Amino acid sequence: MRNVSVRIFLPIIRWQKCRVLSQAADGMSHVSSAQRSANTAKQSGYKTENAGDSNYDVVIVGGGMVGAAVGCGLASSPLTKSLRVAIIDGNPATVLKYKEKQNSVPDARVSAITPATIRFLKDVGAWEKIQGCRHAPFDSMQVWDYSGRGFTRYRAADVGEPVLGYVVENNLLVSALNYALERTGFAETMCPAKVKAVQLPAGSTASSTGTLFETLGERARNYAGTSTSFQNHKIPDSASLDKFDRNDSWAQVLLEDGRLLRARLVVGADGGRSRVREMAGLETRGWDYNQHALICTVQVGYHHLTAWQRFLPTGPLALLPVGDDLSNIVWSTTPEKAKELKEMSKEQFVTAVNKALTEDYGPLPSSRRNVAAVSKYITPLIGELPPSVSDPFIAPPPVTACLSERLSFPLSLRHATRYVTHRLALVGDAAHTVHPLAGQGVNLGFGDAAALAKTLREGITTGEDVGELALLEKYEKERLWRNLPMMAVLDGFQRVFGIDSLPFNLARAAGFNAAQYLGPLKRKIISFAIGGQV
Amino acid sequence: MWKMRSFVQSNILFRQSLRLLSSSSTSAAGASIRPQVVPDGSPSSTANEPSTSAAEPSQSRFQKPKQIYKGSIDNAETAKFAAIADTWWDHYGPYKPLHAMNPTRLSFVRSALCRHFRKDEDTPKPLEGLKVVDVGCGGGLVCEPLARMGAQVLGVDAVEKNIKVASAHAIKDPITSSIQYRCTTAEQLVVEKQEFDVVLALEVIEHVADPIEFCKSLAALVKNDGMVIISTLNRSIASYGLAIIGAEYILGWLPRGTHDWNKFMTPEELALLMNRASLSMDEMAGIVFNPFTQRWYLSDDTSVDYIASSVKRR
Repeated sequence: MRNVSVRIFLPIIRWQKCRVLSQAADGMSHVSSAQRSANTAKQSGYKTENAGDSNYDVVIVGGGMVGAAVGCGLASSPLTKSLRVAIIDGNPATVLKYKEKQNSVPDARVSAITPATIRFLKDVGAWEKIQGCRHAPFDSMQVWDYSGRGFTRYRAADVGEPVLGYVVENNLLVSALNYALERTGFAETMCPAKVKAVQLPAGSTASSTGTLFETLGERARNYAGTSTSFQNHKIPDSASLDKFDRNDSWAQVLLEDGRLLRARLVVGADGGRSRVREMAGLETRGWDYNQHALICTVQVGYHHLTAWQRFLPTGPLALLPVGDDLSNIVWSTTPEKAKELKEMSKEQFVTAVNKALTEDYGPLPSSRRNVAAVSKYITPLIGELPPSVSDPFIAPPPVTACLSERLSFPLSLRHATRYVTHRLALVGDAAHTVHPLAGQGVNLGFGDAAALAKTLREGITTGEDVGELALLEKYEKERLWRNLPMMAVLDGFQRVFGIDSLPFNLARAAGFNAAQYLGPLKRKIISFAIGGQV
Repeated sequence: MWKMRSFVQSNILFRQSLRLLSSSSTSAAGASIRPQVVPDGSPSSTANEPSTSAAEPSQSRFQKPKQIYKGSIDNAETAKFAAIADTWWDHYGPYKPLHAMNPTRLSFVRSALCRHFRKDEDTPKPLEGLKVVDVGCGGGLVCEPLARMGAQVLGVDAVEKNIKVASAHAIKDPITSSIQYRCTTAEQLVVEKQEFDVVLALEVIEHVADPIEFCKSLAALVKNDGMVIISTLNRSIASYGLAIIGAEYILGWLPRGTHDWNKFMTPEELALLMNRASLSMDEMAGIVFNPFTQRWYLSDDTSVDYIASSVKRR
């Protein structure tokens, strides 16, 4: 009798367990549509009471590309869209609408956005605006160095993507994100408004108690010699700090105009020289490259769909398509050379660019003829070769005119030792700045924005406070895994090409040839660069 | 030797509950499997705490219930928790493992409740309209998230210090300031004839003196067709190795003596206990820690820690 009852019980429990798991896994909610609409109607949201006051769930400092992207990321999910969010930006130009004039020259400040970023922009509803404006696709990429011993050519078809990315003007990206934000009526944009000071509460301090398995992320952080006490940071600033309530358990943001905002979470999206980061006392590690990047828009001999990049001993020179016969130049070089290039006449500059693209320091590489024969033997070993393996080297189009003013800025590598502290998260350049050689900077920033929005969404699912350090650490961990390897690769590139000696030249040539002819390696490199899974 | 005895005892406990289940009569004799002798007045609560000494001599199981029955509270267990109450909200303090595990068990609670009460999971406040009591709420680690999900929450704990810590923390945020905290016991709420849609007792039942009486109290607190959710540790070799030797002695996550392995309960025993208290087990999941990713997740492996929802029969 007893045994019977037990035997009946066990299978029931097992079956129930499976049910829980399968349903928990796909997160399905079994609600009839009538009930769903009823719930939505009376849903008051995850919102601070008294919407008129200065309490916010999230205050985003910096309304540039990444800051606006965080806002869009939060607006695009039903779980996070009822958060009360403010975006603060000091530059009135941020909210200006992007107006494309007929025959206007594209702005020199452009970003090469990857398919991963495009997916994000589509998800948040910003892509359609970009599609209606000027944006230029590139479906192949050719990289070579001055020694002429090797080259690598990638095609989007190698990894089954239609394009490797698009080149979009930065102000169009900001404008498209703001457009998406406005359409949802989601965030309050305070612009122009400047942050004077930030006070964070004395929250939990992150001192990991002896866990058996320290994660790699934590280890990397400790390796970099991080400091882990972030309590009560103030800024060495005036008496207006008396406005702060020292015992507040929320973050407080004091604006220049005297307004005081309280927030569960402050997001620092205010760029490479982030004041928020500084005020929060988060340290950075890194170094200057002793290089300046010079950017401008040029006209080239013919319309092309390739991103070209030639590595010179002084730094890489890139030519990106921006539509029609126009291209964007990103020339990283010594500060002296950058100054010289900026000051010379437009005609002299065009001559200098053409020389640097083709003949300075060495010849153009020649194509390998015997690839087809070799690939016959290696294909069975390493699988089908990507189509670009047999591509010849193609010389870049000649630059015919310089159309915009030439801008330059110093380059450096910076990485915040922590991206988060209690009630603060850094995104984009505020957390990390990289060399522009692969156009990865802003894509890492969009990745941060998407990851932060996802983390907050998960936190709300389980009822967590969106500013809680334990939650934000999940965002940090996820992004460290992506950002640190990318930074290491870019920095490595930068260093390897800076050395002009025969052994290094040969090693680089071997690297280029490996990257060009080894199919699996080639696919991996492209996937990594365009933000897919490695 | 003592190990052997505890196995025998557990076996007896299990058989007792089986007998209770199979005999449909609700005899008074079966009311208390493990009557707790409470030495003096104050009923203190259920919270989770380690005792330094063998506070509850195992022989007591064989003793006849001695007169005064003061509820399911175990005083020694209660004292353990009062000692570290201040640190409830230090995410990196003694309760770090509990904080780390919290989102995982809350995701079970959320989806179990949404499914049972037919709420839309895709909203920030799916639990709006539900009256919830968290028995053994500690510092309010579960109360606060539930309040953010929209529930109307009452947290009760027998340790007064816990209630003070929980109230002080909840008041800091407008969303959580609606939570009510009371220093009382489930039994007392039953006496007051309070009723709730949902009754939670997470990581509590392994600390109470009298699980069956405790389960009955939980059942009495929930409305018909309401839901009771219990999480606890399984009495298995794996839980002895991980929850006691691992967590208390090797990793130092928990103070030594936090848990008494003999008081752990297998899922089958819990199902029987619940059934005895007119609760039908609905769903169950294991809560598992992956040391490499440092993540907790729901699994079908209930060998260490598990969480189960049950519905009160009409």
